[in-house]
Amino acid sequence: MPTEVRPASPDQARLLRELLDAGLLISSGVPGVYGHGEAFERVREGLDELLSREARERGAIKLRFPPVLPRHQLESTGYLGNFPHLAGSIFSFEGTEAQAAEQAERAASHEDWSEFQSQTEVTLMPAACYPVYPAIAARGRLAPGGVFVDAGGSWVFRHEPSLDPARRQIFHQHELVRIGEPAAVLEWRAEWAQRGLELLRSFGLDAHLDTANDPFFGRRGRMLAANQRAADLKLELLVPIAGPEPTACASFNHHLEHFGQTFGIELADGTTAHTACLGFGHERIVLALLRTHGLDPEAWPAALRSRLWDRLA
Amino acid sequence: MTDPIRAQIRQVLADHARLPTDAASLPDGADLFQAGMTSHASVNVMLALEDAFDIEFPDAMLRRSAFESIDAIAAAIGEIALQAA
Repeated sequence: MPTEVRPASPDQARLLRELLDAGLLISSGVPGVYGHGEAFERVREGLDELLSREARERGAIKLRFPPVLPRHQLESTGYLGNFPHLAGSIFSFEGTEAQAAEQAERAASHEDWSEFQSQTEVTLMPAACYPVYPAIAARGRLAPGGVFVDAGGSWVFRHEPSLDPARRQIFHQHELVRIGEPAAVLEWRAEWAQRGLELLRSFGLDAHLDTANDPFFGRRGRMLAANQRAADLKLELLVPIAGPEPTACASFNHHLEHFGQTFGIELADGTTAHTACLGFGHERIVLALLRTHGLDPEAWPAALRSRLWDRLA
Repeated sequence: MTDPIRAQIRQVLADHARLPTDAASLPDGADLFQAGMTSHASVNVMLALEDAFDIEFPDAMLRRSAFESIDAIAAAIGEIALQAA
């Protein structure tokens, strides 16, 4: 049964139409899956570079990962318990020549060919910070003070088809990850929440910080969401893009010991590391900029242009 | 203390809350989260309580404060029983 497509508000539908007409986004025919035109991508690349530079200047090391996650890792994190509705798994053909022919024939007439598909050892990347934890754990005990990783703007997938241009199935999430002593991690998150807020405001965006929760699945999820809010584990930077509600353009998550325990990340003294991550949604920030300053980036204020891409030229 | 409801709650906690301390020795008013119950464990406690008491917590009760102590859980169960009566 196909997943229901979340409808758009009139404002969101109008914005999507304008973005497609201007060539900023390129339609794929699937809701929430878009290509980027040159002007859109130039702003996004500028933002990517700016975020990485901010992180590098504050001691981040750069790691990069492909947009697929080993299935075993997804299973270890508990993602399927929390977000079974968002996960995307990768399947591939396994069978005989006759079955391959049958599959091709059904596919050619757009009929169901899923019975010839078997689960592979990889899934789509649900959150760009996930591969960081086992990579750091494999290095052995952390040095005192822990580590700060810039995982860059990586493609991530969430199965939530929508006609709101700000709610995409596949987008760039720029993850910065802090792994270390509990107090240092908490302090880092507070510092970066403030830095993120000031950064978006310095772009002329009407941003504000608020407590938030993840979209956990089902009744279990309602309780997890309430716990997450009560413990102040998730903050979001909200910016108006297309009404009625402001859109989360970045989130700042405190995982306590969850990933440290799951992947066995040890502090210098042998105890379990705490972790926090912050994810900036590249495309949402670009949309917020387009909505705020107009659909032609060349006409944006010169100071903003020079921070985002003129310096790349 | 022979309150059968609280005794049953204590049993559910012993089976599902994964507390580092013995659930039998916890005071009724003790904060379960401070005693070491994680967020995920509290969800398992919620589901186990539904089975044990044959009830369903309404959405409005699916929050941290309803499960923060044995007293709080007993009050929530009492409220559901009252609504069902």
